[in-house]
Parts: sequence; C-alpha cells; structure tokens
Amino acid sequence: MLRLERRSAPSTAMRVATPLVAVAASIVAGGLLFAALGHDPERALYGFFIAPLLSTYGLAELAVKATPLTLIALGLAMGFRAGVWNIGAEGQLTMGALAGGGLAAMVFYDAQGLWLLPLMCLAGVVAGMAYAAIPAFLRTRFGVNEILVSLMLTYVALLALSALVHGPWRDPGAFNFPESRFFSDSGNLPILIERTRLHLGYPLALLAVLVAWLVLARTVIGFQLEVTGLAPKAASFAGFKPDRTVWLAFLVSGGLAGLAGLIEVAGPGGGQLVPTISPGYGFTAIIVAFLGRLHPVGILLAAHVVALSYLGGENLQITMRMPVAVTGVFQGFLLFFLLAADVLVRYRPVWKRATA
Amino acid sequence: MSTTSAAPRLELCGITKRFPGTLANDAVDLVVQPGEIHALLGENGAGKSTLVKILYGLLQADAGCIRWQGEAVRIANPKAARDLGIAMVFQHFSLFEAMTVVENVALGLPPGEPLDDLAGRIERVARTYGLPLDPHRPVHRLSVGERQRIEIVRALLQQPKLLVMDEPTSVLTPQEVERLFQALRQLHAEGLSILYISHKLDEIRALCETATILRRGRVVARLDPRTETAASLGAAMVGRDIRPPRHRESARTGLIRLAVEGLDRPASEPGESPLQGIGFAVAGGEILGIAGVAGNGQGELLAALGGEVASPAQTIRLDGQGIGQLDVRARRARGLVYVPEERLGHGSVGDLSLTDNTLLSGLRAQALRALGFLDRRVARRYAEDVVRRFAVATTGPMAAARSLSGGNLQKFLIGRELMQAPKVVVCGQPTWGVDAGAAAAIHQALFDLADQGAALVVVSQDLDELFLIADRIAVLNGGRLSAPRPVADLDPETVGLLMGGVHGEDDDAPARAA
Repeated sequence: MLRLERRSAPSTAMRVATPLVAVAASIVAGGLLFAALGHDPERALYGFFIAPLLSTYGLAELAVKATPLTLIALGLAMGFRAGVWNIGAEGQLTMGALAGGGLAAMVFYDAQGLWLLPLMCLAGVVAGMAYAAIPAFLRTRFGVNEILVSLMLTYVALLALSALVHGPWRDPGAFNFPESRFFSDSGNLPILIERTRLHLGYPLALLAVLVAWLVLARTVIGFQLEVTGLAPKAASFAGFKPDRTVWLAFLVSGGLAGLAGLIEVAGPGGGQLVPTISPGYGFTAIIVAFLGRLHPVGILLAAHVVALSYLGGENLQITMRMPVAVTGVFQGFLLFFLLAADVLVRYRPVWKRATA
Repeated sequence: MSTTSAAPRLELCGITKRFPGTLANDAVDLVVQPGEIHALLGENGAGKSTLVKILYGLLQADAGCIRWQGEAVRIANPKAARDLGIAMVFQHFSLFEAMTVVENVALGLPPGEPLDDLAGRIERVARTYGLPLDPHRPVHRLSVGERQRIEIVRALLQQPKLLVMDEPTSVLTPQEVERLFQALRQLHAEGLSILYISHKLDEIRALCETATILRRGRVVARLDPRTETAASLGAAMVGRDIRPPRHRESARTGLIRLAVEGLDRPASEPGESPLQGIGFAVAGGEILGIAGVAGNGQGELLAALGGEVASPAQTIRLDGQGIGQLDVRARRARGLVYVPEERLGHGSVGDLSLTDNTLLSGLRAQALRALGFLDRRVARRYAEDVVRRFAVATTGPMAAARSLSGGNLQKFLIGRELMQAPKVVVCGQPTWGVDAGAAAAIHQALFDLADQGAALVVVSQDLDELFLIADRIAVLNGGRLSAPRPVADLDPETVGLLMGGVHGEDDDAPARAA
C-alpha cells in the first residue's frame, strides 16, 4: 500500500527546486504527447521552446506576454500569501480595460497630450479595484465565499465588454465590426524597440516586481499578509484585522489586474477595444503565482516560462499545424507537475505492506 | 532489592531513536513489572513521548529491543500493541463531539457488538472502578474529566495488561484527580501494570512505586519516588537544583490598575462558555489568579482583556480610563500586554524567526519607520535581548519559533511582553507543559514585574501554580467568575469545589457587586 508520510521540515532548496522539476517534467510529458500524436517530438519541442526565442521579435513578444502575467500574478500572490483567494483577475482585467479604454475610445478619442495615458492607467486601476471590491465587500460583510463571487463576476465582465463593443461603443466607421474607435496616438503605449510590439508596460512590470518585493519583504503590510496566511490567530493577537487584510488583498490584486487590462488594450491590443482582449491571462496568472512560489522574483521568472507556452503554441500552430490547445495542455502539465512536486516536498511516499 | 521470578511484563532495552538534529532516545532501558505503577518522569523534550510512541507502535526504534512478558516482540503499529495487551490514554482525546459515549467507544472496537450490549459493558466497567459515565450522553455535553473517563473505559474494555497514561491530570480538578487515582489504585490491585507519564512530582510520589527519570533522551535515574522529596525528584529530572522563586511579600500599592465590571461576551465557538457579568479589580503589585477547568470561558476572558475583541468602553478600565473599546494594539500602547494560552499559532508564528515574532506585539510600534517599513535590526536586537535576559535556549534570533522547546518558547513569549515594561499583564497558562526549571524562571519574572508595581492577571488550570504565585484567586466556571479571595483564606479543595461548579454562598451574590 502506498502511503504519504509527512516530512519533518521541507527544505528551502526543495521549495526552490520544485518549480524547476515541474518545468522539466512538463517538457518530458510534452515530448511524449507530441510523439503520441504522431509528430516528431524533437522537432516539436524545438518549435515550442527554442524557436520562438531566436529572433528579436520573438524575445519582444515574450516580454509582451510576460507583462500582464507578471502584473496580475504579483497582485494575486499578495492575497494568496494571506489566504485570500481572488480567482477573478480576468474580470478585473476586463473592467480595467473597459474603463481606461472606454475613456480613450469614447471621450478623448481626438485628444492629444502626455496626460492621457496616465489618466487611462488610473482609470484602469480604479476600475479593477472597484470590481474587486464586490467580492471583498460580500466576504467581509456577509461572509460570502470570495472564490465563487470573484470567479462568477468574471463572466459578467466579459459579457459587459461584449455588449458594449457590439452595441453602444461600436465604431461608427467600422462597417459593423464589433470593435471600438481607435485611441488617439497619445492613448497608445510607446513602443520601445522598432518593428516589435515591446511597449512601456514591460519596464512598468519590472518596476512593479521591485515594489512588490520591497512591500512584501520590508514593510508592515508584507508582514501582515504573511502572518495572516501562516497563523490567523497570531494575526489577531498582533492586532491585524482580518477584514482589512481581505480588502487590502482584493484592492491590490484588482488594481494590478485592471492596470494589466488597460496595458493590453493600449499596447499589443492595437489601441482599441475588441470582444476578446486577453487569452485568459487572469486565470493563467494563478499558475504563474504558484510557479513563482508567491515570490516577486519567482513570479517574474515564471511569467516568462508561461509566456513562452503562448508563443510556442502559436508557433506550432503555424509551422506544424497543431491545435492552439497545445498551449493550454502545456500550462495544465505545469500546474499538475507543480502540485505533484509540492506534495512530494511536504510528504514522503512509503510502501507499507498491510499488516495483519 | 528482591528479584521476581516471573518475567517482567515489559522490558525495553537500549531503545534509540534519532530525529534530524536530535537524539530523542539514547539507549533507554525500562522495565515494568506485573502489577506495578511505574512513573516515566522527565522535562518537556526529555524523550518521554517518543519512547511511548515506540512502545505503542506509532514510531519504530532505530535500535534496541522490546520484550513483552519475556518474549522479544516487534510492535509494528498500534493494533499490534493492542493485540499484545497494551492500552493507551493520550493527553489529547480523540472523540467525536456529536456522538454519544457508546458510539465513540464502539468506533474503537471491532465491529459487530450491538450498542446496547456495549452500553451495558461500559456501565459495568465504569461502576466497578468508580468512574461514573452515562453511555448514552453525547460527548459535547460532558466535562473534560468525563471525556477522559471515556478514553479510560475504552482502554479497559480491551482488558489490557499494561495501561499507558500520558499526562492524564493536566486538565482535571483536584477532586477528579483523586477519583482517577482511586481507580488506578484499584486497577493496580487487580494486577494491571500502569506506565504513568507526568512531570507533576507530587502526583508521582502519591501514586507510583517506581520511577524512571529521563533527561535529554537518557535514563538518568531509577528510584522509588515514595522515598524522595519533590525537590529531590525535581533535581533529578532537571539535573540541577531548582531554585524556587523567591518568596514575595505582597507589594500591593493599593491603587487599582485594572478594573473589570459587568463584562459579558457570547461564546466564540460551541462548547465554550459565554462570559456573564465578569467583575474584578487588580491593584498594582498584585497577582490575581483565575482558576478553572478548560472550556469555562478562559479563551473569551483572555481575548476580551487582551483586546482581541472589543467590549463597551467602561467595562474594562486601565488606571481609571475605559479601554474596553480599544483594540489590542491601542491597549499595548497604553501598557496592557497579553500572553495568549496557545504558544504556537496564537502567541507566535511557528514558521517565522524569533526576530519576526517580536514584531507581533508591542515592538512593532518601535520598529515602524516611514511608509510602513519595518526596521528588523531593532527587532533582532530586541530578540537577542529577550533570549539573553530570559536564558532562552536557541540557536539565535533567526531560529524559527517552531524549533524551540515548549518551555523555551514560553520564556521567549513572556519575556517579549515583560521587557515592554507593562503596567498590566494578562497571561494565560504561563507554564502549561513547561519544565520545572523554565517554570521557576517564568514565575520569578512575573514576581519581579509585580514588585515593580504592575498588576498581573494569571489564568491557569494549574492550581499548584496559582497557589504558588497569586495573591488572590477567583474561579471561572461556566462563564461566571467567583469573588476573588486571598490565597491565605483558601485551600485547594475549596477552589476545586468552585471549579466543579459548587459555589459558596458568598460567590453567587451579584447584587452586592458595587
């Protein structure tokens, strides 16, 4: 009989090693899957993991996709550390895009000036926070489970976006296509490298990593989140109010998700609102947060690994005519192996003969 | 010494068990004769629990052998232990609250027996040994003492040859302890061997014929506790003479520092008691002891006094000012510090360093810088000071709280609060599960603080402790507090009766509370 025995103390080295093990195992499993589908695994793996990184454009795309993942995962990790589960970052991202993008597409579409982009960012952050405030309010006031509320509100947000771009916000000159007017030039994120899509959002995400690290490691807020997650009663002893922790976690994660949404529409999204603005970054960021061990630097690295899965999937779609689902499968592998490796870090499997 | 011709009931020889970083048992020999009450005595962390777990099949020894009635045996799991005739009553009960006594007992026995038959057997065993127990009562309505009886009866139904009891009296009133001892003596007379684990020296002297003393995983003495004094047993256990805390003249200044009046509080969880009309006053230099069996409102009282829950302002007054509405941080800022009952998970975070754990309470205000940054150098120095001044055995201020032994962690947690020079100290179970040496140090620290003019409230289930340190004692029972009385006018039996819910005529007169 196979049983799991708790290990006395999981080592730090193993905590760091598990994400690497998970990535390695995902690559092996991916190769097996490609082979089973009748593809040459070597070629497919090359196409998935290596080929996208061989050009400047590819590297820039990696950064473009890592940007929203990093921003969102940083916010989510704050809550996850304290045991507050915001699963609705995709909805908060959508609301941030709607507010900031709506401002640019519906109000200031012919305005120019350096003030426009900061204003849009602010609108995105505030909208993300406001949308995250709903589950926070329901949880702190009525004890409603924040996982369900935040998750279900995601679908409300996606439908709201769809309704707006199909209806009142549709560009009158777009031949009935469901898309908004283009933002003015001042409403687009500056491109950093010519002939790529690398935009100002990426350095912004790097800055956010630094700030998040400082907050978590050095300030009383980071301490509060950590204590609340590790020992809720000790947090109460320390005078940290649980409701405030919930609010803090939701406002920070909602604000960062809203910012990520605005960055998506003002950057790679091409400066307009369309029915789909994210390939599920809000959900994938949950994997990123855990793959990065809820640590800002880890999250930055994990965001690039996961971003590569988007690029690799697109590449295989083009070069080997594989389905786009390859990306999702790989992300699923990652999460599965990470959880499995985590179990093995905390427990040791032992074979025991059933004793009479 | 006369040698018995029969083989000993149990013989452990050279039992060795190593955990990462520690040698929990180092070549331990232990012999229990048939019909003997044998004490296993030692400080926390001496290796008692490890040895018992090996005996009960929960752990496997790295080296050594176990002989049962002369035959070498391997005890692979608890079932194997039970099959040999070893029964165990743990310190923490494993009972389902929503089920009745008989249902709980049935869960631990082979299936098939009708519940009515089993109930009859339970009643018979319970009556035989003077441990009254109604088989059809749900467990959540039973006192801690009654719950322990379930575990004992469950063990006895297996007709064991050796009964192992792990710190059985830590949650009992003196009367319940006496009743338990009578039952154990009767079992002893019938030939049952009992291995009795404790660090309470008086109990062992009253009950046991032989004692094996463990220190740091090794057997340091085998002796007859009846011919020893508590002090000599304690010295053998700790390895040095325990200096009893200096006797103290009550240093009451007469000025009331902490006054509580008409404090009510609903129960925080089912099974706890709501507080009703709690009132008392403590003067500077005074130690008020609050006795009572667990679950009678201690948790609620500590949370209300410490500030984890708010109350109407005037129900709690510090130096005359209402502080009931203030939260735990605001109360700390005014000089009221608080030590919760639970060390790990409430008073400290096990996974965090001692340095970080200083930031949980009063020190956080001192380490706080602009923009919410924390200066951990301040915290580290403070942790080093606490470690030095209270002689906390640890590898240093970066050691995780979890890595400290119970006694050392408690010294750290109490030291962390006392070094804030508080005006009022509210302390829950200061020495629960703490070894004698650490307990003496903690008591001395509390005395010193009272001598400096602080008012202390100590909530404890350990009556010996309260009689040792308190100036006055009140009893918490069912969420009501009896009127505090000077220790000189009290004896443990009286307090025991109050703990069991028998109130003296003086104590049920709220009309007189002014």
